[in-house]
Amino acid sequence: MGEAVAFYLAAALILGFAVLVITARSTVHSVMFLVLNFLSVAGLYVLLSAQFLAVIQVLVYAGGIVVLYLFVVMLVSLKRSAEAHSDPKRLGRLGVVLSVAVLAEFVAIAAYGWATPAAVGPGLQASNVEQLGRALYMDYLIPFEVASMLLLVAMIGAIVLAKREL
Amino acid sequence: MITPTHYLALSAALFMIGAIGVLTRRNIIIILMSIELMLNAVNINFVVFSHQIQNVVGQVFAVFVICVAAAEAAVGLAIILAFYRNKETVNIDDMTLLRW
Amino acid sequence: MVETIIVPLIQIVMVIVAVLVTVMYIVLLERKVQAWVQVRLGPMRVGYHGILQPLADVLKLFIKEDITPARADTWVFTAAPLIALVPALIAFAVIPFGKGMTLFGVTVPGHIADINVGLLYIVAVGSIGIYGIILGGWSSNSKYPLLASLRSSAQLISYEIAVTMTLVTVIMLSGTLSMVGIVNAQAERGWWFAFLQPVAFFIFFVGGLAETNRAPFDMPEAEQELVGGFHTEYSGMRFAFFFLAEYANMIVISSVATTVFFGGWLPPFPNVEFLSFLDVVPGWAWFMLKTFLVLYVFLWVRATLPRYRYDQLMRLGWKWLIPLAILNVVVTGFIKVLV
Repeated sequence: MGEAVAFYLAAALILGFAVLVITARSTVHSVMFLVLNFLSVAGLYVLLSAQFLAVIQVLVYAGGIVVLYLFVVMLVSLKRSAEAHSDPKRLGRLGVVLSVAVLAEFVAIAAYGWATPAAVGPGLQASNVEQLGRALYMDYLIPFEVASMLLLVAMIGAIVLAKREL
Repeated sequence: MITPTHYLALSAALFMIGAIGVLTRRNIIIILMSIELMLNAVNINFVVFSHQIQNVVGQVFAVFVICVAAAEAAVGLAIILAFYRNKETVNIDDMTLLRW
Repeated sequence: MVETIIVPLIQIVMVIVAVLVTVMYIVLLERKVQAWVQVRLGPMRVGYHGILQPLADVLKLFIKEDITPARADTWVFTAAPLIALVPALIAFAVIPFGKGMTLFGVTVPGHIADINVGLLYIVAVGSIGIYGIILGGWSSNSKYPLLASLRSSAQLISYEIAVTMTLVTVIMLSGTLSMVGIVNAQAERGWWFAFLQPVAFFIFFVGGLAETNRAPFDMPEAEQELVGGFHTEYSGMRFAFFFLAEYANMIVISSVATTVFFGGWLPPFPNVEFLSFLDVVPGWAWFMLKTFLVLYVFLWVRATLPRYRYDQLMRLGWKWLIPLAILNVVVTGFIKVLV
């Protein structure tokens, strides 16, 4: 019962903040709602006994990536320009397409839920950090090294792209 | 009784909200943030299935998704900054330099 | 029911009250220490030798007029001090203050919560505190606070990396991320981690000075530099929250340094039989003593060292501390594998 309350609370926060992200007028408000969304997702991860991933979500996503977004928003919003919709009918057509897609997806999920009525398992035993560490460094070592190269390349690329003069 | 279907519905809804953000907003920074929302929805899916099959590999992939999202955010924002210095706009309707 | 809800609630209230009282008296202690270093006396009028000065300060801040700048974003302007203060307070949830005791048949643990990623939780919560500074500077709708807040947050995220790297070496030694587990690992080894990892402690301390915007790294908020820094436009209670947040962060860094490097609530040389008479002092008293000593060094450094210029500060963080911290991790790894 406690899990149901926690899940519905987390889900309401996640979806509520997500809607606020895409509909807020000021960009800085959008960024703040994004942070709150990420914190709610981290809460959801704790509910799924992925504690290490929850803390990594807060540390890297909410505490690193969104700070980067905030810096850029502050640097580019010194002149506010009005947002104009270039093609008003586009929204209507888009809305129809998206609603069909959403409906199809929800029907598929519901069908999956009826087909496999397995309840949520007891979850992962043993220390979550230790299991994750073993998997990362033993079974998935090569993707791990490739990911570190990717981050290095992205860092160099970002510095080169954003410099004033090379 | 919270089954994985609930979590999947939640992540589908979050993905849709992100997709709507990408398709309807004109400010490119909001578009990038909506892409982050979509990546989060995918992460939720990974973690839910990892929880259900009791294998930590879903969380490993979620860590890699976070890693790639960080790299993509850094490079994307650098590109936006470089563009802003030239054109003084973040409205995606004005970013038509590659159109013929 | 009692153990899972009521005991932690009482502990939470006690910890928050203790932190707030400590913050007030650290402010007084800082003024006194700086005064004595400068051969003067400091606050002497309110109470005996100024001991009631913090109450006067709190009263003053409460009754000051609350000014909101014109065209400032009111919601964010009001929320920024809270966003700065709350992470500083919730970090105390995982710090083990003592060994725990049994009161009236109820086991009271020495910590509020023992989560298996405790150390990483504290780092994560600290990185959320940066938003208070960025939003405070931006929402004031004024040049100097914006510049100062961008400088200050850039400084914070730079030194966060060095601090996290030093905590990695501690985790390598202790084998667990849980704070209670780290203290127990120090008890088992018989040596505090500060003796096994002196370089890591030094980097952690310097990084902690920079993380809390304390001298000699307080360029973003020094009065001679950018007026008042990111809290220029704040007055009254909101300024009090920023102030509280800064000193609470200082106490968090000191508590973490105590737990991780100085053995938390353990007495000195915990495994030496000769010194077992020290066990009569309760764990939390040792914890408070060690935290107080680390805090005193914070104040001492402020009174002694001159301020770093901003580019010197960033160069120190990126070019010296981070490579040193990574080298420390590599050397520790080698020694652990080969020895």
